[in-house]
Amino acid sequence: MFSDIIPIPEWVIFVIQLILGIAMLLCVIRIIMGPSLMDRIVGLDLLAALIMAQIVTLVLVTGFLSFLNVAVAIAVISFIATVALARYLEQSDDSES
Amino acid sequence: MIVVASGLLIIGSIFALIAAIGVVRMPDLYCRMHAATKAGAFGVSLMLLGLVVVNPSIRVLIQSVMIILFFYLTAPLAGHMIGRVALQRGVPFWKAPEAEGIDRRKTESEDSSLKKDSRSLT
Repeated sequence: MFSDIIPIPEWVIFVIQLILGIAMLLCVIRIIMGPSLMDRIVGLDLLAALIMAQIVTLVLVTGFLSFLNVAVAIAVISFIATVALARYLEQSDDSES
Repeated sequence: MIVVASGLLIIGSIFALIAAIGVVRMPDLYCRMHAATKAGAFGVSLMLLGLVVVNPSIRVLIQSVMIILFFYLTAPLAGHMIGRVALQRGVPFWKAPEAEGIDRRKTESEDSSLKKDSRSLT
């Protein structure tokens, strides 16, 4: 469903996407070189938040308000994934991290 | 209206960038968790508020407030569980570097926390 959105200037959208892109790149760097598994989980958590911010930008560009439902779903899934990974690492007894 | 919305959006994205920089540059897992949860959640909620200012309809307002509330309710929970698992597995704490030739006076809590084994805390 479209909505009559107040047009945000294009350079603002460009700046936001540039900043969020740099942030996601830094997050991926931490996920790759994280010393322990918990560092990678923290990086994935932040990456999900950044993807939600990108979805807000997508709503601004296209005007589809239905993308906000995607943001809700990503918030729920990132929380459940974090808790499930933490519980899994807590119960398994091998000392490999 | 456009100026307020643009300001909120840009400030929110800058907060998200600060969170990412903190995740890369902080010396310790626990400091990284601190940077990621607080600054990341605040940046995303500022951007959602910017979206509400741009498009003030009741649906966008309800969904944005719902996302923000869910984020602030679940971020401490997830951080707590990750921190507990890290403490259980013995992820090392960061120790501040000492200056050469100067005896740094240790506080009471620091002394007691350094003596304990991190695995025995849980």
